[in-house]
Amino acid sequence: MNFDFSDDQKLLRDQARKFLFDKCDRKSVRTILDNDQLHYHKELWSQISEMGWTGTAIPEEYGGLGLGMLELCVLAEELGRSLAPTPFSSSIYLFAEFIKNYGSEDQKKKFLPLIASGEKIGTFALSETNGTPKPSNVKTEYSSEKINGYKSPVSDGETADYLIIAANSDNKGNRNSLSLYIVDLHQDGVSKTSLETIDPTRPACSMKFEDVKAELLGEQGMAWDMTENIFNRAAVLYSFEQVGGAQVSLDEAKKYSMERFAFGRQIGSFQALKHKMADMYVKIELARSNAYYGAWALSTDSNELPVAAAGARVSASDAFNYAAKENIQIHGGVGFTWDYDCHLFYRRSKLLSLNIGSTRQWKENLISNLEKRNIV
Amino acid sequence: MDFNDSQQEAEFRKEARDFLEANAEKRSIISDKPNDKSPQIAVAGAPETVKGGKEAAQEALERAKVWQKKKAEAGFAAILWPKEFGGYGGSPIQQVIYSQEEHDYLVPSGYFEIGIGMLGPTMMVWGKDEDKKRYLPKMITGEEIWCQLFSEPSAGSDLAGIKMKAEKDGDEWVLNGQKVWTSGAHFADYGMIVARSDPSALKHKGLTYFYLDMKTPGIEVRPIKQISGTSNFNEVFFNDVRIPDSQRLGGEGEGWKVALTTLMNERLAVGDPPGLDFDQIFEATKELEVEDGLAIKNSEVRQKMADWYVQSRGLQYTKFRSITALSKGQTPGPELSISKLVTASKMQDVSAYALELMDSAGMVHHDQNPVLKNLFQNGYFFSAAMRIAGGTDEVLRNIIAERVLGLPQDERADKKVPFNELPSGKN
Repeated sequence: MNFDFSDDQKLLRDQARKFLFDKCDRKSVRTILDNDQLHYHKELWSQISEMGWTGTAIPEEYGGLGLGMLELCVLAEELGRSLAPTPFSSSIYLFAEFIKNYGSEDQKKKFLPLIASGEKIGTFALSETNGTPKPSNVKTEYSSEKINGYKSPVSDGETADYLIIAANSDNKGNRNSLSLYIVDLHQDGVSKTSLETIDPTRPACSMKFEDVKAELLGEQGMAWDMTENIFNRAAVLYSFEQVGGAQVSLDEAKKYSMERFAFGRQIGSFQALKHKMADMYVKIELARSNAYYGAWALSTDSNELPVAAAGARVSASDAFNYAAKENIQIHGGVGFTWDYDCHLFYRRSKLLSLNIGSTRQWKENLISNLEKRNIV
Repeated sequence: MDFNDSQQEAEFRKEARDFLEANAEKRSIISDKPNDKSPQIAVAGAPETVKGGKEAAQEALERAKVWQKKKAEAGFAAILWPKEFGGYGGSPIQQVIYSQEEHDYLVPSGYFEIGIGMLGPTMMVWGKDEDKKRYLPKMITGEEIWCQLFSEPSAGSDLAGIKMKAEKDGDEWVLNGQKVWTSGAHFADYGMIVARSDPSALKHKGLTYFYLDMKTPGIEVRPIKQISGTSNFNEVFFNDVRIPDSQRLGGEGEGWKVALTTLMNERLAVGDPPGLDFDQIFEATKELEVEDGLAIKNSEVRQKMADWYVQSRGLQYTKFRSITALSKGQTPGPELSISKLVTASKMQDVSAYALELMDSAGMVHHDQNPVLKNLFQNGYFFSAAMRIAGGTDEVLRNIIAERVLGLPQDERADKKVPFNELPSGKN
């Protein structure tokens, strides 16, 4: 049995950790948090692009490094640890994966090199209303080669150059009415409105489309199936970000509890706090193991992926949400001040557990995929 | 990443599987045999539950001994033990592989694990050569069963608070006091015991460790009836029990150190408690009806099931991570320390929820008219014990906090004071 990352992958992890420790400290994260006008950290983005992170899992023939999904998992964990304020996930886990998996040869040649080099940024838009997205509440339409409609929230929409959008190609409002289209966002008819989010280091906007040109991605009427698959792939990557963030939340809670004294002793010596941190550890280890299984399924194109991805996502959301909120609790009063960093993780944890579908939606996915598989 | 065995591992797995296929019966998710040994819900280190009184228990014991002998002859009874004591001389990864395979079969469990897993290894470290030669091989074959006499009424989580008196009289020791929670004392032939030889020393310094014959005059074993209705544990009373000094393991006052050897092996000895997990409640929800149809179609049920699934598989994959380290010849990280903590509470939650899904039928816990073979009714009671036996949830959280996370120890009142001056409450 070899249920672990390879030595090379661990080396990549160490290098990434060191790099982000230097270049993506909390001060850098806060420059995005504290400035409404900045949507991502441009300098950091160009540095990680230069190192090729953006092209990690993109084949060499399309300008990438041609490494695998496991390497991308390794980087995801580090990006999650450092709270990197970049559009990495939108552009790489979503846009690039859609093109890589469903694009025509021409589309791959056109888009992937620009994404791999970090020169252009892509994202994805599905939701239009509050609540769980479903085929019948997608009102955006595609007809006569033009998109008309509205999407919100669109993660990293402000910074994105390209968008993959789900739109109705007929008016029946069912699963097979929806197709995916690629939109160049630098054209007339696209209007963006910034939205504040619960984590301003991961921004979003709403977008309006009026007679916007678009090209079909993949097969007509297959938007829902393609999205499910790409969300499964992204869920594994996000789960590594979440595990990374959860681990740092625990580390910082632990550090504070050993420095802070009350009643004449370190607060970390009180069982009430120790048990809380033990529970964080338990959830994080379960999440890490579920994420590993997701990574295995992702990297081997296993038909276990839907179950493995949902398991990874549910477990990682649980771990990060718990670790982030209890980290504030362990810090006491200073934990809910703007100055202390606890809220950065509290914000990120909730945002990450919502961005490609809520935890309750993924729990539902998990059980329905188990039913489909019919053997557990 | 892959889950493949190395060639050597695959060969060993085949050997194990061939043996099991030829000698044991496969386990099903929810057994067809109500109240039989299947599905077993093993309390950590406790023998399988046997209903039906003394005769049935005796029969089960004989069956277990027959099985153990076969297993020993095939070499699988003590995979980690050196060959000179009748072991397989194998590696931890081989032990894991065998356990994985055996998990799918209905075989007796709970009789020999404490001896082979914990007490044998203690004797290997601290025993004299002639003791090892005399006792270890019979431990493996199941001809002689051993029990561990550690806990006392006032020494549970705080194990070093042992009060059992050991007084030296010439070249003999006289034991007086009481042990409790002793698994298998009612059928054990031998036991290992920690006792206080010097009450005026510091708590961890005044202990001495012995082994003894359970038929020594003055020992009285009384089974404890648990909330499950079964008796897996005992109280053991010592009334002027005389044992020779030659049965001491380790030096006088070194008992705590010897006990730690025993306890360090506990994690390996107390394997996976099989029998009640996600898979069982998943099956049950396909049969049980709630107000809007089958339970598995109800969205509240599905939400809860997802939580148990990720706990269950999360633990399984955590084990895979540890096994990977073993397979590479490395020492696994501390990640498996979460195992029992998660398993016990999950079993309790799963059982209680399954009873909820049965609605008023969940009240029934009847041998002749069981609901889903009484699995969840049994689990409801067993899980309460599991959260305590082999380290309470609270002790396990302390261990994770202190040993894994490196958090400071709690302030302690018992570190610098002689044992006989420590406050001890009512008892």
